[in-house]
Amino acid sequence: MHTIPKEEVARIAGLARLALTDEEIERMTGEFDVIANAIDRVSEIATSDVPATSHPIPLTNVMREDEVKECIDRESVLACAPESENGRFLVPQILGEE
Amino acid sequence: MKDILKLSAYEMSQKLIAGELTSVELTQACLDRIAEVDGKVQAFLLVDEQGAMHTARLVDEKRARGEELPAFAGVPVAIKDNICVNGMKTTCASKMLENWVSPYDATVISKIKKEMMPIIGKTNMDEFAMGSSTEHSAFQRTCNPWDLDRIPGGSGGGSAAAVAAYMVPLALGSDTGGSIRQPGAVTGTVGAKPTYGRISRYGLVAMASSLDQIGPVARTVQDAAMLQSIIGGYDEYDSTSLQEDAYDVVRALEENTDLSKMRIGIVKELSGEGYDKGVRDTFDNILDILKERGANIIEVSCPSFEYALSAYYLIMPAEVSSNLARFDGVHYGARILPKEGPVTAETMMATTRGEAFGDEVKRRIILGTYALSSGHVDDYYMSAQRVRTLIQRDFEAAYKEVDVLLSPTSPVVAFKFGDKMNDPLAMYLNDIATIPANLAGIPGISIPAGLSQGLPVGLQVLAPAHKDARMYAVANEIEKILNPIWGGNILEQAPVLEGE
Repeated sequence: MHTIPKEEVARIAGLARLALTDEEIERMTGEFDVIANAIDRVSEIATSDVPATSHPIPLTNVMREDEVKECIDRESVLACAPESENGRFLVPQILGEE
Repeated sequence: MKDILKLSAYEMSQKLIAGELTSVELTQACLDRIAEVDGKVQAFLLVDEQGAMHTARLVDEKRARGEELPAFAGVPVAIKDNICVNGMKTTCASKMLENWVSPYDATVISKIKKEMMPIIGKTNMDEFAMGSSTEHSAFQRTCNPWDLDRIPGGSGGGSAAAVAAYMVPLALGSDTGGSIRQPGAVTGTVGAKPTYGRISRYGLVAMASSLDQIGPVARTVQDAAMLQSIIGGYDEYDSTSLQEDAYDVVRALEENTDLSKMRIGIVKELSGEGYDKGVRDTFDNILDILKERGANIIEVSCPSFEYALSAYYLIMPAEVSSNLARFDGVHYGARILPKEGPVTAETMMATTRGEAFGDEVKRRIILGTYALSSGHVDDYYMSAQRVRTLIQRDFEAAYKEVDVLLSPTSPVVAFKFGDKMNDPLAMYLNDIATIPANLAGIPGISIPAGLSQGLPVGLQVLAPAHKDARMYAVANEIEKILNPIWGGNILEQAPVLEGE
């Protein structure tokens, strides 16, 4: 029986930048145990001699000339942002944190 | 409700061309129907009456002047709310994007606009397309037109319910693990997931990029094929887009397909355990009918399908955790500052994401981050991708023996609200028959198969990759056999839905 401890769920939430309440972590921990047991099954048949498929249809990289074209203007893009200033996205303090 | 609303989109287009109907009349009839019943069904998150009527008037004016118009000019369409329409809110049914207005058109929308189809509005969905009941929408609960106490399927429950309730003849959906086909099955409508890459994903808010595919929602196979031909084709803005003929799916319907000359496969693993008896009986009944018509039915085995759900619930969340990293409170959508402690970019991001995402989205982000984290990536993510190879091989082997595969679309009929909300795994099992097609990139369509407990059951037709035309041709032939048995479209048997 595979279990994911509560502390691990909290750590993963931190990595994913999700602020969860204690109640949410508690609830999700229980749910993950059920889900983890279901997904653990993949290792039963996925032996290492089987190649991994990351994409359903075989594709090659698409290249093109680097030409200047029209695109969405800066104002329209910044209009979608929660805050902007002087043509840039505005964020709270990122340096000098405790 | 006006009788014209019961016509197929193709029949509507013929009446428009013949001058027996104007797009203004038709579009107004759709808007009136929405005003009449959407208070009960709640399929729409946004109705753009002005925009739709503007396009309708334009089409009528051009037609009056004798201008040559595209086939579906003037036929209204609804759009799932994870597809960007310039100047229109695109919320993905999430608080994260509650007030986000798209600054551009998705490629499918550019094509819809070029076709001059009035865009009626945006339809409800599970938040960021994650769910099988549309109950995960942050805004409203969409009801199944067959029984308002039941779910309309998900994630594209809004599009399916809008089409089933005659509010609009056509809609767009997106299908990552069954989000077009399963709502189609439980609402008695037609929904198709084309071969991965046949329709551009540019402007579709990404959920799991190697699985996502836009597709048509309709009431007939022909309508679905025509809509796919309109929105399909190569797009330089999507590097995974295929260079294939978009119109072959329509031409395929014009040639008569003889089912007795087709080898029709049924996958042993896609029925039986986990499937309701009523669903199995309906499916078996279809097989009997097809056999009577001379169809050659062959059972095939795809043993690794048993692991498809497990592989999907690793690959999909892994891609979700990466794609949804873009919702960071900086570039678009919500920004929520922490109520206590220091306010930094990082605490702002965590608070925004913690509060603006719903439970299912958070669950999948954490699951995906876990699957990709060091120490687990080999066991989980790489193993899941190996299973994906095995599933593709199973399909390849099956298609050596048969031309198409049939299965039930959904293991159950529409369930009641709340039945599965507290049991994520039970909810995930709804997609057990639809997920293999996404993992392998092959096309699949759900068409009505009959009723169980008075509720629609879906029949899924799967074809090899790139053989969308064959999928539509076979689905069309089966529809031609079944409709006369039912005395018309199965939606005729739904309880009459009227306003207050």
